[in-house]
Amino acid sequence: MARIDLQNIRHAYAPDPKSDADYALKRVDQAFDDGGAYALLGPSGCGKTSLLNIISGLVAPTAGRVLFNGEDVTARPTEKRNIAQVFQFPVVYDSMTVRENLAFPLRNRRKKPDDIARRVNEVLDLVSLTALADRRARGLTADEKQKISLGRGLVRSDVNAILFDEPLTVVDPQVKWELRASLRDVHRRTRTTMVYVTHDQTEALTFADKVVVMYDGEIVQVGSPADLFDRPQHTFVGHFIGSPGMNIMPASVDGAAVRLGEHSVPLASAPRLDALQKLQLGVRPEFVRLSATGIPATIVRMEDAGRYRVAHLDMLGMPVAAMLREGEAAPAAPHISFDPAGVHLYADSWRVDLGGAAQ
Amino acid sequence: MLTTSDACCSAAVQQSAFLRLRFDDRGNRRLMCGDDCSDGSAGMLELKEVSRRINGVDHLAGISMRIESGVMNVLLGPARAGKTSLMRAMAGLDRPGGGEIWFNGVNVTGVGVAKRNVAMVYQQFINYPGWTVRENIASPLKVKRTPAAEIESEVQRVAELLRLTPYLERKPLELSGGQQQRVAMARAIVKKAGLVLLDEPLANLDYKLREELRAELPKLFADSGAVVVYATTEPLEALLLGGMTATMSEGRVTQFGPSHQVYRVPADLITAETYSDPPLNVFSVTAAARPARFPGAATLAVRPHHVRLSPKSGEADAYAATVLSMETNGSETFVHLRVGDARWVMLTHGVHAFEVGAALTVHVESGDVMSFDSAGRALALSARAA
Amino acid sequence: MKPVSQKAWFLVAPVLLLVAFTAIIPLMTVVNYSVQYVATNAQFHWVGDLWYREVLHSEKFWNALWRNLVFSGIILAIQIPLGVLIALNMPRKGWGVPTCLVLMSLPLLIPWYVVGMIWQMFGRVDIGLMGVMLRDFGYNYEGDPLDAWFTLIIMDVWHWTSLVALLAYAGLVSIPNAYYQAARIDGASGWQVFLHVQLPRMARVLTIAVLLRFMDSFMIFTEPFAVIAGGDPVFLSTELSQTVELGQRAAMSIIYFLIILLLSWVFYTVMTRDDGEPIQTGGKSGSAS
Repeated sequence: MARIDLQNIRHAYAPDPKSDADYALKRVDQAFDDGGAYALLGPSGCGKTSLLNIISGLVAPTAGRVLFNGEDVTARPTEKRNIAQVFQFPVVYDSMTVRENLAFPLRNRRKKPDDIARRVNEVLDLVSLTALADRRARGLTADEKQKISLGRGLVRSDVNAILFDEPLTVVDPQVKWELRASLRDVHRRTRTTMVYVTHDQTEALTFADKVVVMYDGEIVQVGSPADLFDRPQHTFVGHFIGSPGMNIMPASVDGAAVRLGEHSVPLASAPRLDALQKLQLGVRPEFVRLSATGIPATIVRMEDAGRYRVAHLDMLGMPVAAMLREGEAAPAAPHISFDPAGVHLYADSWRVDLGGAAQ
Repeated sequence: MLTTSDACCSAAVQQSAFLRLRFDDRGNRRLMCGDDCSDGSAGMLELKEVSRRINGVDHLAGISMRIESGVMNVLLGPARAGKTSLMRAMAGLDRPGGGEIWFNGVNVTGVGVAKRNVAMVYQQFINYPGWTVRENIASPLKVKRTPAAEIESEVQRVAELLRLTPYLERKPLELSGGQQQRVAMARAIVKKAGLVLLDEPLANLDYKLREELRAELPKLFADSGAVVVYATTEPLEALLLGGMTATMSEGRVTQFGPSHQVYRVPADLITAETYSDPPLNVFSVTAAARPARFPGAATLAVRPHHVRLSPKSGEADAYAATVLSMETNGSETFVHLRVGDARWVMLTHGVHAFEVGAALTVHVESGDVMSFDSAGRALALSARAA
Repeated sequence: MKPVSQKAWFLVAPVLLLVAFTAIIPLMTVVNYSVQYVATNAQFHWVGDLWYREVLHSEKFWNALWRNLVFSGIILAIQIPLGVLIALNMPRKGWGVPTCLVLMSLPLLIPWYVVGMIWQMFGRVDIGLMGVMLRDFGYNYEGDPLDAWFTLIIMDVWHWTSLVALLAYAGLVSIPNAYYQAARIDGASGWQVFLHVQLPRMARVLTIAVLLRFMDSFMIFTEPFAVIAGGDPVFLSTELSQTVELGQRAAMSIIYFLIILLLSWVFYTVMTRDDGEPIQTGGKSGSAS
């Protein structure tokens, strides 16, 4: 188990990078505490997989240092870093049985046969493969194979960290829940440092204690799922996390209130702003209330997601989404008001701290 | 000899379109209009007892359904439920082992895909890598020998619709995944096919892109007159696409109807389980311990968001539970519980922290409970279909 | 149920016709000859299984068959490992790839008879490069049967190993990078990577390589003909070419054919045993609409 520090990591795939645009990772400084469950979340091409491969040593960074427990391992090859990694698509040894696949990393490290057998049985149970233990890996389905990959990642108990690269892509939704619960369970019991790369907010937020949101080669926010939901520091985080994402509306500020056309939305305090900054109001659909008073709007479309419904509205020419609980009806002539707890002000895309808002 | 067949032909040609189609069906089996619905009229695909058996395993087991144009028709089920097999049969890529497939009143069973006007979009982004986006979109029209001017205007229209106009001169592989899949969809749209089959088209896309395209998709095909079939493994996607859902399990369609209705009033346990994410909480009840409200029930089930921390009304049952683990997505908390011998998931609003191993009492409104008999058929249909 | 359209037969007909002309009719002709005695006046006489019995009792036939088997065995034992070894060491990217591929293909482009001629000269003890070099060790393929064998094997290895190497290379480059990365993380040694990642992933193409090389080497003709022209018949093919009686020749051909068929089938079955999926996987691939 280890604490992992990334110091001033920059990485470019093409040789001889000149401008910032040539870098897949522009500048990353991030510490992963020992025993933490982290997610690297972002859209494809944001550099999250590159960052993971830099931790595991499969990719050598163009600049910067990687430390494990304070020790510089930047030049150390993957096999010497004592980490486990699970890939997006199943990687299994076709010629071996499921059991042999799981035992392989342990056998290579010359563990005692008794210990191997005991540990393999535990992991088989964890990824619910016990019934298939003695089958050849070759004939299995894609999600069974992915469970083997996952199992091989979990089987070594003495690793510095376990890294996951979108491990549940090929797995059915029902099985995802089961496997994610298993992973949480393993983490709770072993307190191994885990880093989980995904573009899926649900996976990231439900897996991790700390989520690292990445965008275009940079980290935009690090926080607990509640932090990211309640206080998105950047409009990108607001948009990317939450489904549907945050409503972002161009606005102007007048004292301690935001003006939207002839209407005004009160803020917790009067912000101090530069005159030239682009201002936006951000409110998550969960904090948009539909009632008989407020800013008039028309419903464009309703989406039924089962346990909730999403009303897509047109408010003063801007699209706004509002969330309705199951059974909650939308008023015939809807007016929009915003729950003060969920009102955020963004200046040049970064959140302005207003003190009182959003506890 | 010659005269007879000539007479037959000319007579047939002079008949109404209906007869002409019948004649073609008997003779050459080529569809003169069949799948071609460029006029935008409504289309209908009808499956009659379609089955397919490979090495003793039912890939499709007697599927009958009528699928109409104008709405999204979603095939929902886990991997290997038969979604792709069914789509291949619909397209004419596979000949069904038994049963018939009718399209717009014409029997197209066994008519190969090349003779039909069918468009397919796959999970993988399939485009012609050597051609530009413009050439890719134009390709189905070039095959049909459409005049150049018409091709140009049609490519412009569809590119605009799918927001591909800035990329028309690029090659598909230079684009992002979402854009590549848009190109594939653009090809399907310009083809003006009567039947459009979308096989998990968003599965390889990022979460946010998926959200965006999912909202656009129903609109794209709404007025085309095409019968649109969409396969997915995700219940939420099926709900959000709206329209109709057919839940599939082991080669069978377990229920087919308006999406929200299949979700709220499932006909059987398998349908309810298929149409639930997070997974449905299922518990079997013995005759002795069966609540009087559910006569004849062998299995009860409740959706995770209907498991509550406090009772909502008087008519709720309380269950003793132990907390196994928790997950939060920032606005909701998923609490994994052990209730008796069963594993449950409770979905609550807001972020809650419980100790793992803590004892908890959870409440379930009887109106939220679905009950099933020993064969898995739904019993008293829940009244709450709001 | 609709009646199945009979038109399908018309579509299959050209193929049936083609197969009939290229395979069935010639084969049946040979079968016919093999049960006849053809007299000098072109009269056919039914002799039943006489020729078959004669062939199967002929010591020369069994010797030739045995030699064939030994030859194919040696060839496979050298070419398959050597081909794989070469493939493993071929570059995976850069300018080396096309260079390597072209160089490897060169021997394959040379016609068989020319190969025979090249080696016939190459091995000559008076002027041939190899012959002169090996002369001091007593090498003389024209006089010593062992040296003739040696020459034949060298010849075949030179001619065909690159085919195996190219096939194995094709199998190797199709292995996704994640497999190598996972193996490094699992702490696998180079040998284990070969055994558990590369070899299983090459199994399909190696099956094809073994089959091709077995069938070809078992039918070897031009090379021994060139090297041992005029000498005693050694292999089934050369034996066959020197059999005078038409019926006997036909019977021998049929037996030869059946042996190849049987052995190829055995190879294929053994090598694809407990193979979950068939070689052709339908999958989700389909024509882009």
